[in-house]
Amino acid sequence: MTETARDRILARLRSAPREEAPRPPEPAIGTAPELSGRIDQLTTRLEAMRAVVRRTTAALWLEALIALLRERGWSTLLYAPETPLGAAIENAWAQDGDGLPALVAYAEPIESFKERLFTVEAAITSTAGAVADTGALILRPDGREPRLMSLVPPVHVAVLQAQSIFATLEDAMRAGGWAADMPTNMVLVSGPSKTADIELTLAFGVHGPKELIVLIVE
Amino acid sequence: MGPEEFDRNVELALADAQLRRNFAFAMGSFIARRQAVFSDAAQTERLRGQGQALKRRVLSRLPELLEELEANCTRNGIQVHWAETPAVANRLVLDIIERHAATRVVKGKSMVSEEMHLNAFLEKHGVEVVETDLGEFIIQLNGETPSHIIVPAIHKNKQQIARIFHEKVPGAPYTEEVEELNAIARATLRRKFAEAGVGISGVNFAVAETGTLCLVENEGNGRMCTTLPPVHIAVMGLEKVVEKLADLPPLLRLLTGSATGQFITTYVNLISSPRRACARPCSACAAAPASTTARSTPGSAATPTASSTRGRSARSSTPRFSDWTRPAPSPRPRASAAPARRSAPSRSPSPGCCGACATRRCHRRPRAPCPATAAAAAERSGWPGQGGGISTPTRGSTAC
Amino acid sequence: MRRPRGRQRTAFPRKDQNPLKPNPVYFFGTCLIESFFPRAGEAAIRLIEREGVPVRFPAGQSCCGQPAYNSGYPDDARAVARQQLRAFPDDEAPIVVPSGSCAGMMKHHYPGLFAGEPDQALAERFAGRVVEWSEFMAARLGVELEDRGAPLKVTWHSSCHAMREMNVIAHSKGLIRQLSRVELVELARERECCGFGGTFAVKHPAISGALVTDKVDDIRATGAERVIAGDCGCLLNITGAIAHRGLPIRGQHLAEFIWERTHGS
Repeated sequence: MTETARDRILARLRSAPREEAPRPPEPAIGTAPELSGRIDQLTTRLEAMRAVVRRTTAALWLEALIALLRERGWSTLLYAPETPLGAAIENAWAQDGDGLPALVAYAEPIESFKERLFTVEAAITSTAGAVADTGALILRPDGREPRLMSLVPPVHVAVLQAQSIFATLEDAMRAGGWAADMPTNMVLVSGPSKTADIELTLAFGVHGPKELIVLIVE
Repeated sequence: MGPEEFDRNVELALADAQLRRNFAFAMGSFIARRQAVFSDAAQTERLRGQGQALKRRVLSRLPELLEELEANCTRNGIQVHWAETPAVANRLVLDIIERHAATRVVKGKSMVSEEMHLNAFLEKHGVEVVETDLGEFIIQLNGETPSHIIVPAIHKNKQQIARIFHEKVPGAPYTEEVEELNAIARATLRRKFAEAGVGISGVNFAVAETGTLCLVENEGNGRMCTTLPPVHIAVMGLEKVVEKLADLPPLLRLLTGSATGQFITTYVNLISSPRRACARPCSACAAAPASTTARSTPGSAATPTASSTRGRSARSSTPRFSDWTRPAPSPRPRASAAPARRSAPSRSPSPGCCGACATRRCHRRPRAPCPATAAAAAERSGWPGQGGGISTPTRGSTAC
Repeated sequence: MRRPRGRQRTAFPRKDQNPLKPNPVYFFGTCLIESFFPRAGEAAIRLIEREGVPVRFPAGQSCCGQPAYNSGYPDDARAVARQQLRAFPDDEAPIVVPSGSCAGMMKHHYPGLFAGEPDQALAERFAGRVVEWSEFMAARLGVELEDRGAPLKVTWHSSCHAMREMNVIAHSKGLIRQLSRVELVELARERECCGFGGTFAVKHPAISGALVTDKVDDIRATGAERVIAGDCGCLLNITGAIAHRGLPIRGQHLAEFIWERTHGS
């Protein structure tokens, strides 16, 4: 059997001097703040990173969304028809879509959808939770709600259930059993796309969305 | 670079008042931001101690962890390659690009690839490489190399960047407005993202336990490079491996706090596999490749690449909207009986479509054309409306 | 006069009767004090002794070994360091060092330098006894300073090692702030290196020169008459640049400055 680069690299590493090092103990789990505290912390952090946060309730979220859409006047809204969120939106638009943006369903393979994707004005997605202490949404895109939805359009509206806000990333990982079950792609999102590459001047939307709007549903 | 050349460069740089002002301003800002994030000294020391212990642990098990990483990446459908030298790593990357008949590559910021001189190598072999991090894009336009690991164009002020854009980006007006400069970069690079056959990225942490590649960024170009092209090549030094997923939170906190004074970057990507094909693929789906991921270590090490989506079936644990998904809309007078406006694609399959090729949904109610049809349609229409035809990969997979 | 918080004054009725004070302590003089700033060394010792703590100065001591260590010569560094391990009696008494840089080398790098060597245990014990002078004065002795000098505006330069490795800047500045007629004006860019960097100043004189030019500009902008520091390497570099530009600013080691302000002669 011929020796491969892999064999040689691993052999070198194995013959190199090594020091024993135990796994460091897991840091003690602090007491998570109450839900309202977590919502406040998340809101503060997200707003510091120039996300727009709107708090609403399970009964009123759709009205809050519609108010937002009327306010902003986007002409198109990308949504994922196969998700419960998408179904709720379809249902609402079917009842009365007047004055609301035209819905664009993400229901095609990316290869044929690129053109449309790059021209919609806003997209709405669900979230898999959030992290309060650093301020970040947890997105778990899948085939029904592909990852480009939260990346390509200039505005990303994210709907977040307040109960799924964790105190820390550690908490989110533990509670969600992430280590045993990582999806194809996960992304933590803490604000609109930004850069400070020119004279450290903060500018938004250099590649991803210029605006991130979070609806927290309590 | 010999010592004499180094000394000459030092003299030139020291005599450049603009350069020194730019740097002094940048470094001062970074120090202040970092202090703001690490304001609690005792907590910071604890965090640093934790980070140090985690890294020591990695060093104590480096070969075992690399094997574990490889095994888990492979299980996830990521191909792993090993390279002992930068030359070999460059060659591996080129081979993957050529295997996919790609001529255009978009690249996220990767210091390992800088050290490998990957761009020069690929360009020599006829591959167009576009740096997509704004700072990297600026200096690439000007034929320079990064002056700073986090802010590659920190040595340039906006007047200098305005000149570079005006001279090097076709059609770009001269503007010193940072917003407008960003808009020029956005428009230029969006076209490049859509056209690219391969995306190349670095890796901040690679989790052995799960076979996950972690990538931090603020711009979203990393997400673009790892999502839009049909093939993703990730290049990493072997010291980037970490043992457990649970090791990420403290390491991320230290990294982003120290690097840019942020509690967290705008995006933290956790990539564990190529896009997955249908659970019950038809022949068209089965033939479609997913993404490719490569890993490499400079000086001595490795390059994994990935493809195809065997392995775990698609799953999702996204919390559902459960009981409040369809709340009764507030009663409002219906303006008309017309159905809601929507521009969703036709639900009828395109002629010649296998009907089961796109998303999982299309097994039930096919409403997406097969990739071949879609590519043809895209080529006819062009994107993003600025004249350039799209070179959609004909073998791209669907996003299930 | 400001006093350190939380101090139980009644527990320490007389300086020379405090059973919690070490007796004796050893003093590590450092190369730069030996060669360029002997008065700083004398002042540092006198100030400790004034607190009723006897100071021993082992004769065989020389350099901590940092220049060789930082230049990538661990074997040479170890040979020099071993000499210090031998020079100081292997007991419990603190080894007081009037330099954040030398103290950092001995406290944080000796254990690694001697790892796997026969002297490993000795090096670890030695490292555990090393304490930087201002921390020793402020935290271990809890000195109270009575300012006898005329009103004076000073600024403080933090050496990289004192700040980042020894983490003693709060103690150093605390001592200055005890001086009632001294106004301490902070530097705008305190966290920047002065450009000395040990052998860096020799290897990259042009960059070092640019750094110290910036540093002197910063010092000058405070309007201070004196710049105080806890490390003589920085002082050598900074006072050299000040003299070169002919500025009316004096540089002084913290110990010498405090002795001058409090001795009253």
